[in-house]
Amino acid sequence: MISETYSLLVNGKSYQVVDGHPSESLLWVLRERLELSGSKNACEEGECGSCTVLVDGEIVCSCLVLAASAVGREITTIEGLGSEDEISDVQKAFVDAGAVQCGFCTPGLLVAIDQLLNTDPDPDDLTVREAISGNLCRCTGYGRILEAVRIASKNRKVQNQEEQGK
Amino acid sequence: MSRLQTVDTATKGSRIGESAIRPDGVPKVKGEFVFSNDLRHPDMIWGGTLRSPHPSARIVSINTTPALKMTGVYAVLTSEDLDGMPLYGLEHPDQPVLADGVVRFQGEPVAIVAADHPDNVRLALEAIDVEYELIEPLSDSKLAQENEAIHPDGNLFREININYGNSQEEGEITVEGTYEVGMQDQAPLGTESGMAVPSEDGGIDLFVSTQWLHADRDQVAACLNLPPEKVRLTLAGVGGAFGAREDISLHIHLCLLAMRTGKPIKMSYSRTESFHGHVHRHPAQMWYRHHAKSDGTLIRIEARLLLDGGAYASTSSAVLANATCFAAGPYRVPNVEIYGAVVRTNNPPCGAMRGFGCVQVCFAHEAQMDKLAVELGMDPVELRVKNALEPGDQIITGQTITGTAPVAEVIETCAQHSSSVGPASQQMELPGGAGRTADPKHIVRGEAIAVGFKNLMFSEGFDDFSTASCQLLDGVATITSACAEVGQGFVTLAQQIVREILGVEEVILAPASTASVGSAGSTSASRQTWMSGGAVKSACDAVRIKLLSRIAESHDLDVESLVIVDGGIASLSSEFSISLKEATSDLVEAEEVYRHVPTFPLDENGQGNAHVSFVFSAHRAVVDVDQELGLVKVVELITSQDVGRVLNPLQLQGQLEGGAAQGLGLAVMEEINVVDGRILNPSFTDYLLPTALDMPPVEIAALIEQPEPNAPFGAKGVGEPPAISSTAAIASAVRNATGLDLHRVPIRPTDIVFPERNDND
Repeated sequence: MISETYSLLVNGKSYQVVDGHPSESLLWVLRERLELSGSKNACEEGECGSCTVLVDGEIVCSCLVLAASAVGREITTIEGLGSEDEISDVQKAFVDAGAVQCGFCTPGLLVAIDQLLNTDPDPDDLTVREAISGNLCRCTGYGRILEAVRIASKNRKVQNQEEQGK
Repeated sequence: MSRLQTVDTATKGSRIGESAIRPDGVPKVKGEFVFSNDLRHPDMIWGGTLRSPHPSARIVSINTTPALKMTGVYAVLTSEDLDGMPLYGLEHPDQPVLADGVVRFQGEPVAIVAADHPDNVRLALEAIDVEYELIEPLSDSKLAQENEAIHPDGNLFREININYGNSQEEGEITVEGTYEVGMQDQAPLGTESGMAVPSEDGGIDLFVSTQWLHADRDQVAACLNLPPEKVRLTLAGVGGAFGAREDISLHIHLCLLAMRTGKPIKMSYSRTESFHGHVHRHPAQMWYRHHAKSDGTLIRIEARLLLDGGAYASTSSAVLANATCFAAGPYRVPNVEIYGAVVRTNNPPCGAMRGFGCVQVCFAHEAQMDKLAVELGMDPVELRVKNALEPGDQIITGQTITGTAPVAEVIETCAQHSSSVGPASQQMELPGGAGRTADPKHIVRGEAIAVGFKNLMFSEGFDDFSTASCQLLDGVATITSACAEVGQGFVTLAQQIVREILGVEEVILAPASTASVGSAGSTSASRQTWMSGGAVKSACDAVRIKLLSRIAESHDLDVESLVIVDGGIASLSSEFSISLKEATSDLVEAEEVYRHVPTFPLDENGQGNAHVSFVFSAHRAVVDVDQELGLVKVVELITSQDVGRVLNPLQLQGQLEGGAAQGLGLAVMEEINVVDGRILNPSFTDYLLPTALDMPPVEIAALIEQPEPNAPFGAKGVGEPPAISSTAAIASAVRNATGLDLHRVPIRPTDIVFPERNDND
């Protein structure tokens, strides 16, 4: 069964979904139809967080969202962090701190952490741990990921102080 | 192949010993890195696998006709469609490509389908009609050897006796125990996936996430009845491995469907399928008796080990060799009688997982050392140090340790490191965490230390080698190696080695492929830093000599006076200098094969120089336990590790932390629950992996740097030890907190709340 053509707003850009199946999840459509394969599929039942995206600013597991239900909403994926030429501060902190090993959990974690720091620029350790407890990482044991968050948070604080000082 | 990545980065800086940054780090944080299930081809179709729902059954009939008639279906294949070797296996080919008349484990592949969309693949799989005649599964490993054979090769994969020393002497003190380890899953986040593309020469290109391209290639080629050179495997981005990708999974199925349909085909397992589609860590049952003098000197160890290998051989025989060779722990033991067996059952097949046989016995031998310390009234750290192996000692296979063995050092530094955690200050930090179930009055704290050891590289006479080539042109080095980067950071290390030896900044890593270079061996056994690091180093050394000789000849200089420094070549005896870019305007290249020292098989008494090198680690765990609810919170992990030499501090730390997390999982969380051959929890909802809330900080007490003789740069592999002694330390800390005799991991809440049930296990 093929659904009507619908459009999705992803990272500020409008995409047409043509000949989709109505049963397709947002994750599937992002990955396979829009070729935005940065969002990952490790469990497809909302346990691992590898598919984390923002829908209207809220964190969701895109594997649990029907693509057609996201029509008219603002979707942000890993491809929406940073710009074409530059990576974001959190992305850079991940690279520098050794938070990336196999990298499969990385996009989902980055979306979750970026959202955390946008709402709570100076989270304590337990807040960070809780915020990312829905994102499984099998390689790192989380130590370097937490360090990356500390680095990014600290840098943002310094930057904010500088901006306020101007 | 629109987005198949080439690892082509020119990250600058950072030589050996520095925290060089991963060359694939930026693509990974941007979501641009192409993992095997991100592969795409404009003409591609999808594949899927029909698996047996039964752990043991005879196949009466398979009707594929309804599925073949369905919309979008290109092919449905069963064992009748195979014209190559019908069996495969990493060590012994005993596993059917597709079940032929009988299924031996739940999840065994029975048929494969190709269709235009995954939905149609699913519908076609449902439309295949298989009639099974059920057979009572052999699910108890203790009954395997007396049971009727469930496979033509029999039910015993291997048995090993280790008899060392000849004393039957009883110790003044003896302690005895039985121990059990449950089945752990590697659970790499990327599931099995890949793409096969038929080629014009009648061969096939397979892009797949794996740990060992060439071993896969040989098995795939045999099963396709193609010469190996017509089967080209290229590494696609690997989402973690930990042993799960050492065996074939979907490789042959993908190629069969591509050859049949003539189309590029992609397959990607679901998480549930992944639990059924790869091997696991062997469950183990172990009995031990330790004999000691009243001063704590070990005089004899007796042990019997039984590993459940599941339905097919995989690497079971090598896992058993490790379990038996390292059964006594890193201690000097003059007399040993150990019997180990690994058997076939109708349970899920077991094979490689980080620690490879050493994890199970470490849990047992360390529990025994704790018991012995109690009987002796001796400090457990002092007891361990007193018996610690030293260089020049023999292990229980009669092999003398000729390399480094800083066992006492790892124990003492780990024990002496001061703890940095106080009591939990928030409810969230107590056992039960976000559930906020804990009553602080019921919380008890415990602390304990454990030490473990393991072999590096492949053992028992295996011809273990790695190949690498280096090309230097216009000041840019290109390294070609088939080493599988699975997340561990070999790509970083390879660049560091090249910069160290050739003084270049820009190092390109060519894609890992069977088409371009010889085997690198497996990314397992903590071997790639040593082996493929050694191959890259050898190739660079050869290029360096060729280059300097060429410059010496063309400029009439003494080659001995030339050095590579600051991106150029200079003479120590004249004013001569030339930039590397200019010096390499003509290509300089070399290919080298690196081998470690030969090893030898074990004899009938389990004696022989079977191993290359040994690595040691210690962990100390602090735990809080809610005795009323049986919940455990690991509060702190402290570790010391024997590393030879630190090559990249940041990556090393990542290995220590990540390995400890997997050890924590096995200690208190992770188990594939198998009942009558069926997996009850094949999902991340029911198989619990440690989250950021479960994982405590890992304090590194010491990295013991004693350069290992014969090892490139003196470095030992570091990947596995963190997953070995961590489980044992955490389990011991829970025993310390509760006073219970917990002889099984993972420790379940019921083991703590209803300890009387433990004795009925």
